Amino acid sequence: MPGIENANPFAYVSTETIPQSPPPTAAKGVAGWLKTNLFATPRDTVLTIIVALILLWIVPPMLNWLFFDAVWTGDGREACLGEHVGACWAFVEAKFGQFMYGRYPAELRWRVDLTGFLLIAGLVPIAIPSVPYKRENAIYLLVVFPIIAFMLLTGWPFLEPVETSRWGGLLVTLVVAIVGIVVSFPLGILLALGRRSNLPIVKTMSVIFIEFWRGVPLITVLFMSSVMLPLFLPADVSFDKLLRALIGVALFSSAYMAEVIRGGLQAIPKGQYEAANAMALTYWQGMRLIILPQALKLVIPGIVNTFIGLFKDTSLVLIIGIFDLLGIVQQNFTDTNWISPATPATGLVFAAFIYFIFCFGMSRYSAFMEERLDTGHKR
Amino acid sequence: MAHTDGVADGTEDSGRASLIYDPKVRGVFFQAILIIVVAYLVYSGISNAAGNLARAGIASGFDFFGERAGFEIGQTLVHYTNDSTYFRAFLVGLLNTLMVSALGILFATIIGFIVGLARLSRNYLIRKLATVYVETLRNIPLLLQLLFWYKAVLAVLPNPRETGLEQGTTVLWTLNNRGLYIPRLIPEAGASAILVAAIIAIALWVVIGMWAGKRQMRTGQQFPTFLTGLAILVGLPLLTFFLTGMPFDVEFSALQGFNMSGGTVIRPEFIALLLGLSLYTASFIAEIVRAGILAVAKGQTEAAYALGLSPNHTSRLVIIPQAMRVIIPPLTSQYLNLTKNSSLAVAIGYPDLVAVFGGTVLNQTGQAVEVITITMLVYLTISLLTSAFMNWFNSRVALVER
Repeated sequence: MPGIENANPFAYVSTETIPQSPPPTAAKGVAGWLKTNLFATPRDTVLTIIVALILLWIVPPMLNWLFFDAVWTGDGREACLGEHVGACWAFVEAKFGQFMYGRYPAELRWRVDLTGFLLIAGLVPIAIPSVPYKRENAIYLLVVFPIIAFMLLTGWPFLEPVETSRWGGLLVTLVVAIVGIVVSFPLGILLALGRRSNLPIVKTMSVIFIEFWRGVPLITVLFMSSVMLPLFLPADVSFDKLLRALIGVALFSSAYMAEVIRGGLQAIPKGQYEAANAMALTYWQGMRLIILPQALKLVIPGIVNTFIGLFKDTSLVLIIGIFDLLGIVQQNFTDTNWISPATPATGLVFAAFIYFIFCFGMSRYSAFMEERLDTGHKR
Repeated sequence: MAHTDGVADGTEDSGRASLIYDPKVRGVFFQAILIIVVAYLVYSGISNAAGNLARAGIASGFDFFGERAGFEIGQTLVHYTNDSTYFRAFLVGLLNTLMVSALGILFATIIGFIVGLARLSRNYLIRKLATVYVETLRNIPLLLQLLFWYKAVLAVLPNPRETGLEQGTTVLWTLNNRGLYIPRLIPEAGASAILVAAIIAIALWVVIGMWAGKRQMRTGQQFPTFLTGLAILVGLPLLTFFLTGMPFDVEFSALQGFNMSGGTVIRPEFIALLLGLSLYTASFIAEIVRAGILAVAKGQTEAAYALGLSPNHTSRLVIIPQAMRVIIPPLTSQYLNLTKNSSLAVAIGYPDLVAVFGGTVLNQTGQAVEVITITMLVYLTISLLTSAFMNWFNSRVALVER
């Protein structure tokens, strides 16, 4: 507007910008962090002090028990007896082979090691997104590896046979978990599709199957597979005990998997189904190429949670007398050579650590994949 | 042919006459195959089972329910001796399962809500502590946790003689490897009046709540329903207690010889199971609560503040009711999981339904089919009833959307 002078007519208004001052010392650095995160309000301060006191009360004794007072070497219970003795790691050291392989013959354990190596060789490249040949890799993991693993572990038909009753420890835990995962995933997809099918009988049967398995505890399923299943088979057919447990675990987790995948299918807009039809794709083509890739991507966290649940649930097989990791740890509590007050706690903490590594690793990996595959469906 | 919407009839094309391309015909055909396969499996299963049972000389049927059980059960809520019937044993197991599940649900909910809120706390220490709790407990199998509490914590407690108690001296409570000993209340004449008073108090609370709600709708004035109700619930039974002349005798426990006598004992199996179930499930509930609260849009908080609500009112009247809509469905499945997980009791010897009925009774009678079927049906029934109740509750809290 003309007529207005550049000079400020009001004397009390500053003509130049005041230079920025540094933030108050209480809002930056260590002091600022402490202020906002620990001592923001009087109530926060009180809570912080209480929690810090509780931590001081719990953590040092725990560290003492785990490390400083722990017995690291020894060959019998004498080493772990005494007034102020912490964890008895010597027990874990002495039993480590059993915890890993069970009663698998010591001179044949290389076969288990080799199987484990082959598994890792297939898993690592498929888990890293940038490594190529995903299709070949998947075929190796889902077709080639199971056959080789079966031949190596059981010894059938070329090597010296090892009965499954001699398997144990982490080996059994991993066998049950991996077979459960590999079987329950496709079965879960089929059940989920069945539950959303237009065919009334397919739908009804899927619903009954899913609701039945989800409604009963896994223990009763395992009891059923170990006690009742032999009754329903012809008298001359006998099943391996481990195989029966595997069937129970796989059917059980496939019901949970189905519900997770159904959630994904329901989240896909109807237009996608209609578009697949409009492109003249058959039902299976549409599912394979359009619907399932989107639906599965949506429910990756749920799928991994089911896997984690399945991995933890494998520990239940000890109740029907299969010595998985937890089963073999627990069995060794009764070893008279190692009975001491610290033995059960040590063995269980060790087993807990192994389970934790697997489960926590899976959950971190799923978080990573979720972030990577998040290609913008969020509103 | 009428056009059916859906995915199964992707190749619908009336131009092609061939029957094998007709989705209806295909549907009927595949379903018929499915029925035949399932029917064959069921038939062969039943006929095999009948043959196997006949060979083993086991008479099927439920007659065994009336027979004498002949075994002891460590913890019973109803009267039971080894002369009781198998049905009585079944009942004892069922009640034990229901009791530990109900208490587990209560504690898991309380701990879970506290930890879930703690994960959202401004306080760094509390937030991290809650995160460590959740990540540790939910990544370790429940069975391992139960065994830990039972074998590594409770079983290595000193025995009654080593706890430093003096012979014959009564104590308020003591914890040793036989369990937790607490005083026992022995009701005398007039004790039932207190129960009646408590029921009346709850009824009064409900009436006051309804009246306060109506009044607020009419006049806008609020009434401290919760505090009043709590005062009535505590005050009325307490008043009755004194008016009826304190009709309770308290029995304390004391060390007698090698063992404790008197008082009530809570067995280590029960403590371990309750601890394990509550702490484990709480870690899942905490995550559900956290997700539920985070799911409420930030604008809701800001809108509430803009309307002049206090932070307390904001969370109580705006945030929590909306978060509950997200929380309740997964919470239901956690409750169901807890109930089903209580069957792990069999691993530590707590006499629940699976341990008593699916374990001892099955071994004694050999009626595998009947026993396991009944056990599964019981859990199925509990699951379906809980689902139904929670669905009803959910439909009440769910807001009607546009």
